[in-house]
Amino acid sequence: MTQTAKPSVRHPGLKTNKLGLTQRDYEGTQSTLCAGCGHDSITAAIVQAFFELNIAPHRVAKLSGIGCSSKTPTYFLSEAHGFNSLHGRMPSIATGANAANGNLAYIGVSGDGDSLSIGLGQFCHAMRRNVNMLYMLENNGVYGLTKGQFSASADVGTKAKRGEENQMPPIDPASMALTLGASFVARSFSGDRKQLVPLIKAGLTHRGFALVDIISPCVTFNDHEGSTKSYAHTREHGHEVVETDFVPLLHEIQVEQDHGASTAVTMHDGSVVRFRSVDEHYDPTDRDAAYAHLKKLQAQGEVATGLLFIEPTSRDLHALENTVDEPLVEVPFEKLCPGSGVLAELQSHWR
Amino acid sequence: MDQNSRDRTNDFVVKIATVNGTGSASANGMLMQAMFRMGVPVSGKNVFPSNIQGLPTWYEIRVNKHGHLARSPNVDLMVAMNPKTYEQDIAEVRPGDAVLFDSSWPLEEDLFRADVLFLGIPLSHMCVENFKGARARILMKNIAYVGAVAALLSIDLEVLEEMLEEKFSAKQHLMDSNKLAIRLGYDYAKEHFDGLLRVRIEAMDANRDSVLMTGNMAAALGCVYAGATVGAWYPITPATSLMDSFRGFCADLRRDPETGKNLYCIIQAEDELAAIGMVLGAGWMGARAFTPTSGAGLSLMNEFLGLAYYAEIPAVIFDVQRAGPSTGMPTRTQQGDFFTVAFASHGDTKHVLLFPGDPTECFYFAVKAFDLAERLQTPVFVVSDLDIGMNDWVCEKLEWDDAFVPDRGKVLSAEDLQEMDQFYRYLDVDGDGIPARSLPGVDPKGAYFTRGSGHDRFGRYTEDGDLYQDVVDRIARKIEGAAEALPPPEVRLANDATVGLVTVGSCRGAVLEAIELLAEDGMVLDFLRVTGFPFSAAVEEFLLSHDLNIVVEQNRDGQLKRLLMLETAVPKKKLASVLDYRGSPLGADVVVQGVRNQLGLVAVEAG
Repeated sequence: MTQTAKPSVRHPGLKTNKLGLTQRDYEGTQSTLCAGCGHDSITAAIVQAFFELNIAPHRVAKLSGIGCSSKTPTYFLSEAHGFNSLHGRMPSIATGANAANGNLAYIGVSGDGDSLSIGLGQFCHAMRRNVNMLYMLENNGVYGLTKGQFSASADVGTKAKRGEENQMPPIDPASMALTLGASFVARSFSGDRKQLVPLIKAGLTHRGFALVDIISPCVTFNDHEGSTKSYAHTREHGHEVVETDFVPLLHEIQVEQDHGASTAVTMHDGSVVRFRSVDEHYDPTDRDAAYAHLKKLQAQGEVATGLLFIEPTSRDLHALENTVDEPLVEVPFEKLCPGSGVLAELQSHWR
Repeated sequence: MDQNSRDRTNDFVVKIATVNGTGSASANGMLMQAMFRMGVPVSGKNVFPSNIQGLPTWYEIRVNKHGHLARSPNVDLMVAMNPKTYEQDIAEVRPGDAVLFDSSWPLEEDLFRADVLFLGIPLSHMCVENFKGARARILMKNIAYVGAVAALLSIDLEVLEEMLEEKFSAKQHLMDSNKLAIRLGYDYAKEHFDGLLRVRIEAMDANRDSVLMTGNMAAALGCVYAGATVGAWYPITPATSLMDSFRGFCADLRRDPETGKNLYCIIQAEDELAAIGMVLGAGWMGARAFTPTSGAGLSLMNEFLGLAYYAEIPAVIFDVQRAGPSTGMPTRTQQGDFFTVAFASHGDTKHVLLFPGDPTECFYFAVKAFDLAERLQTPVFVVSDLDIGMNDWVCEKLEWDDAFVPDRGKVLSAEDLQEMDQFYRYLDVDGDGIPARSLPGVDPKGAYFTRGSGHDRFGRYTEDGDLYQDVVDRIARKIEGAAEALPPPEVRLANDATVGLVTVGSCRGAVLEAIELLAEDGMVLDFLRVTGFPFSAAVEEFLLSHDLNIVVEQNRDGQLKRLLMLETAVPKKKLASVLDYRGSPLGADVVVQGVRNQLGLVAVEAG
């Protein structure tokens, strides 16, 4: 098997963004996932979000671990450097890359197998360090490439394709992220592009670690009756707690629709995220309340979706490490090497 | 040689037995530093437990006017400050030599030996009388024995006092109490034991161009000078002080003067898996990045090291070796990681290794490692050990050429990329096995996918056997081509020697001393110290040109010998081993004995 490039035919009527690029310029090679896979819808949402945010594709680093979801970075932004790393180890690669060059946009794509079992430690610690990146956790409750074993996000009582029931409690990335002090926690559904695109945009704009947990049904191994991560089950039990709209800084003047009783949160670069609570009194800037609400819905068998929590003024890795504003990769050698004089002076004390 | 007949001035060993966590380490270091300042060749070896407080610890100082500074078991003065180890410490002293002990409490009758000189000083009593508080009394007792040893060995008191003045220039009360403690020990010993020891120190001028430093300090400084900006690590003995030093140097030397912000980023990772991952992420992005670790950490890094090798990402790894396997003896030295680093990770791999023999080389090899890693686009290991990494060594002063330009290897700029028809990440265009690389964010034409899964020379995913093999064969050529770019081996040839001693790393001093000792008995031996892997042609030539090559190293399985067997044309029968893997720095006595055994000579008593 080799990868297949998409034909580069371009329709003259295609819409262009501020960089003069069309949405096609944000695509990658042909997907090799199963037809109907939730992950492909997420890829489409990513393409749309980057296009609409006018981000130059080559100023993006796209990273992943191992698994079905981790294959998807080849399917978007073909002009971005990509890194398909090791199972569960993408967060450390992203952390080091970001430490070296904080001026690129970072998107990491992972799955529930990759992030919640073998990579649970790295996932947690990237959140603690508040690495400035969008972290897409494409969550389907099963291991697809190894043919259908339960993952750590499988719900109690959910049925595998062959009928066995999962007995162990699931790890819920969203509530775990809230307890770990994550600065941006969202959840969505691969089948809801209208909700997903603004969440991706807000996550990319957020300075810090932005987790988007996306229920993304596996059509081959986990879309049957009795599964709690199927299309049907997610559509029925998905519960949007907030409606989110992302308003980029440059577009603000053009957006003048009625927002009703909405709350606005200004991001570090001046762009705005607007919320409209669907659930009465839900406040996505209150971590404890967000957690409590999430748990309440979970107990009712419902999956809270939307931008669950945001702390727009959080300090990212570079702020915590007090690094210079210019990317470390661009600091000239002369500024890094202290020279012979300093060496002699240092050694005069080593006697 | 008869130890009683030879001149013992500037030729002796002092061993100090104390309790871990009582502050004796800095007192012992002071003693060694004073000897260094008197211009005499000296070494200090810290033998310490994996413990914070309470277990026994030793410090061995060897003074040798000829510059032989390997560890020596021939203790002339035992400073026995730990009653729990009195028995073994006193047993170690040779007939006619001396034990200094704290006579505040009587020594048990059966510990006394008729053939050893017992020098009792009521150190604890003196400290109780002169200092307040339990902690101060314990600390000052250490300083008091420093004073006593100074008197016994004729160490210049002014040198010690000058050191205290430098150290405590801002803390007058500490300077006063330290000076008093020195005096207490010094005066007592002078009054009661003057001239009793048959060893003494006399000022020389051997250290004019030398400094005292540890290998970890020197390696950290090498990282600063090489322009490393990202360091990721997980704490592990004996590598921890490397990152501690890097942090210390950076705090002084890598602050932007205008903003006060850092021109570096140090990340303490959640484990070694993440530490090496961060290094690879930073290296992929174009930063010079490194991680210090030891054997146990390397085991965890294996998975990522295979990725770095196959995806061709530069990285520098410092392996400060300790005694394994498993947790082993984490505070004891060994050279047991050669197999692990040479072929780290599953599948076919082979890595570039540098073996510094002392702290000076840690500095230069660290700088070299970053150049090699970027030139070759692969992980490069600087393989030292606990003895080099953590002990203070008298070293040649470091030099820096301000005209130095780092070798970034084949990194394409935006202009380079724009001029190309098409960029292919893994295409070898000039036949040296090294393709060009592009860095993220530079130009859309440089974009490619980095992956540990099968890829072809164009950087595309593949499961086609021929396309896969094409790439891994080229990587093998690339690594083989590195051999002559590594620091050349150290070779010392005698006249017509048919036997060579081959060694590596911190064993250097003991082996060179052994060659001199054996020469005194008429045995002529050549010397080869391996400094890099893959082995250069000079290594193979040396091995082939000798009838027998005795490989001296600190591990059970003769790992260097076996690597030589695998990687050079030398016949197996031309190789033999002398091994010492008990966890202590190597002594010449072990080498002399081992060589004699190998050559079928009559064993003689060591020393």
